[in-house]
Amino acid sequence: MIAALRKELLLQWRSRAQFFSVFIFGATALLLFSFGVGPNSEVLRQFSAGFLWLGLLLSSTLTLAESFHAEMENRALEGLLILPADPRALYYGKTLANWIQLTLLGSALVPVMVILYDAGTTRLLSLLAIIALGSAGLAAPGTLYAAMTSQVRAKQTLLPLLLFPLIVPALLASVKATSLVILGDPMQTLRSWISLLAAFDAIYWSLCGLLYPRVLED
Amino acid sequence: MISALDRYHPPNMSEPAIQADHLARRFGRRWALADVSLVVPRGTVLMVAGHNGSGKSTLFRVLASVLRPDHGVARVAGFDVVTQRADVRREIALLSHYTYLYESLTARENLHVAADHLGIKRDIVMSLLDRVALSSRADDVVSTFSAGMRKRLSFARVFLQNPSVVLLDEPYGQLDPEGFALVDDVVRELRSKQVTVLMATHQIERGASLADQQLILAAGRVQK
Repeated sequence: MIAALRKELLLQWRSRAQFFSVFIFGATALLLFSFGVGPNSEVLRQFSAGFLWLGLLLSSTLTLAESFHAEMENRALEGLLILPADPRALYYGKTLANWIQLTLLGSALVPVMVILYDAGTTRLLSLLAIIALGSAGLAAPGTLYAAMTSQVRAKQTLLPLLLFPLIVPALLASVKATSLVILGDPMQTLRSWISLLAAFDAIYWSLCGLLYPRVLED
Repeated sequence: MISALDRYHPPNMSEPAIQADHLARRFGRRWALADVSLVVPRGTVLMVAGHNGSGKSTLFRVLASVLRPDHGVARVAGFDVVTQRADVRREIALLSHYTYLYESLTARENLHVAADHLGIKRDIVMSLLDRVALSSRADDVVSTFSAGMRKRLSFARVFLQNPSVVLLDEPYGQLDPEGFALVDDVVRELRSKQVTVLMATHQIERGASLADQQLILAAGRVQK
C-alpha cells in the first residue's frame, strides 16, 4: 500500500495545478450559494456549514474523477494489476491520497466560508478534524465509484449520480457537526455526531475496500 | 489476513507453458477470438502472425488474464487464466500495445512505480534504462517522449519482472533499426534462459528467424 500511496502522491504533486482549479471552483460555488440567500448575514451564518459541505461535495467529484485520468490514459492501472499489484493495496493507496487532497481542499475552503458567511469559530482544530472525517466519508465510496465510472463516456454525470445518494448519511453528520462547531453546541451533541460520522467512515472504508477488486477485474 | 496474491502456488513444470482450448472472446456482437486452441512448450518462441483485427492482441490479453474468455479455457504456466489470475500474473510479462506508462511521471519514476509494486530494489532501474538507450532521458516526463521511446520504456518495464512466459504484442512497432536489434537480442536472451516467448508481429521474416513455431490467425481462428 505504501508503494501505491507514494505513486498517488507523486501523481497529485505533478497535477497540482488541478488542485488550484478545483479550489477556485469550490470557492465560486460558496460565493454563488451566498447570492441565493441574499445579504442576510445571520441566515448566511446559519447555513454556512451546509454550504461548505455542498461546495466540497461538488468539488470532490472533479478531484475523484481526475484521480483516475492518469490511470486510464495508457491503461496504467491495468499495467499495475498484471505486475501483479494487490488491487486492495491500490485502492487504499488511492483512497488515502484522495482523502488527503479532499481534507486539504476542505480546509482551504474554510477561510472562504469565514469571509463570505461571517462564520468564524474559535474551535478551529475541531472544525479541521470534522473536515478530515467527512472527507474520509467522501473519499472511500468516491474512489470506488470513480473507478467504476472511469471507463464510461458519461463519467462526469454518472459519478455524482451514484455517489451523492450513498454519502447522504456521512454528509448529514458532517454538516450537523460543522454547524455545532460554528454556531455553538448547547445540548452537547457534537460528540454523538462525530461518532456517527466515524462509524459511517469505518463502514465505507471496509466495504469499498472489499468491493474494489471486483470493480477492477469484472 | 492472507491476500490472494500471497497464496502462491508453484508452477507445474511438467505442463506446457501455454495451453488453450477453443478460446473465444467477443466485443459486443463481434467475435474477436472465435476458436483458438494452441499448445506452447516451455522455453520455446512462438510467432503469432495475422492481419490487423485477426485477434492477436485479444489472444494475448486473454492469456495475460486481462480479459476473460467467453468460451474455452487457457492455462499459462499451469495456471488457469480465469480462476488463478494472481498466479498467472506472477508468471507472465506483457508488452502490450498500451504502454502502461504514466504520462506525467519521468521514465525513472515510471520504473520506480513498477519496481515498488514488485518489491524490487530501485537500484536496477538505471541499468534497465541504459539497456533500452534511455538513460540520458531518465528524468524527462513520458509526455515528452516519442512513440518509439515509449516502446523502449515499456520494454524496460518488462525487464523488471522475472517471468517464465513473455507475451510481446507488436514488439517492433514504432521502433527504429536499433530498436529492432534490441528486440531480437531480448528474444534470443529469453530463449536461452528457457523463458517461453509469444510474439505477435507483422515483421514476418524477422519473427520467423527467431521463432520455433508459427501460428497464423485470421478472423479469430487459427489458420495454420
